[in-house]
Amino acid sequence: MSSFVSQGVNYAVKPEANWKAVLECAAMEVFSMMAGAELTRFTDEPGQPHGEQTAMVGMAGALCGMLTIRCTSATAEKLAGMMLSGEAALNPSVIGDAMGELCNMYAGNFKSKISTLADHCMLSVPTVIWGEDYFMQTVQPNAGFQFALSFEGEPVWFSLVIHA
Amino acid sequence: MKKLHVLIVDDSSVMRKIVERSLRQAGLELEEVREAGNGAEALAELQNSAFDLILSDINMPAMDGLEFLRSLANVPSAKNVPVVMITTEGSESRVVEALSVGAKGYIRKPFTPEQIKERLAPLLGGAL
Repeated sequence: MSSFVSQGVNYAVKPEANWKAVLECAAMEVFSMMAGAELTRFTDEPGQPHGEQTAMVGMAGALCGMLTIRCTSATAEKLAGMMLSGEAALNPSVIGDAMGELCNMYAGNFKSKISTLADHCMLSVPTVIWGEDYFMQTVQPNAGFQFALSFEGEPVWFSLVIHA
Repeated sequence: MKKLHVLIVDDSSVMRKIVERSLRQAGLELEEVREAGNGAEALAELQNSAFDLILSDINMPAMDGLEFLRSLANVPSAKNVPVVMITTEGSESRVVEALSVGAKGYIRKPFTPEQIKERLAPLLGGAL
């Protein structure tokens, strides 16, 4: 459980089991509204997260943690193309910016759906990683959610890692 | 229908393009669209051009949307130009602050062209 004290009030936020559904809803809304991309649930989880494109946004305040989106380069390119009506072409910088914005909106949309977070949690600017051969070491998380949604049959991975 | 001169202020070039596309999808006739990556760049644009509408992000580097709004009070050419904030900011206090220092409305990301039309119509009169 994160703890955040402001003006003598402790805005502690405890993750709840229904947050996974909230995160899924937040992701589906953002992809649909901003890219015209319909995400659906898999009937069977498609293995471990993989893909060469990772976008992440940090959270600080009432909840400390990290939200990420991960997918293959081909999926990221397709999504960027849909967001920009094809203008993304093959420009990696634009594709990265598009992924970062999707993650930023995913984080903001999730935050706005949890009333206890809206006014007491800040988001970092997005960070984008290109490449698959990395390991992210953070403070030991005390909770988290991870799931994949299908975009035209390909998995897009979403996660929320929460630190104590 | 009047064709509009619009200034879009956002640190993401992707988001600036999406906002422009959404404005067109919402039915706005755009004569000219200028872009700025932060409040300081937007103030520079205002030195050279007149606008009918300004759409601005809140969280930006160098000069954020709130500081930009405060600075607009000293820009004669921006008088009576509606400024609408477009933000992922879930904080009501930041939105209220923006409205208190001159913003005429706000649109939360993600958004649809229909939501843009709904928010801008009262501000643009016959342009929508």
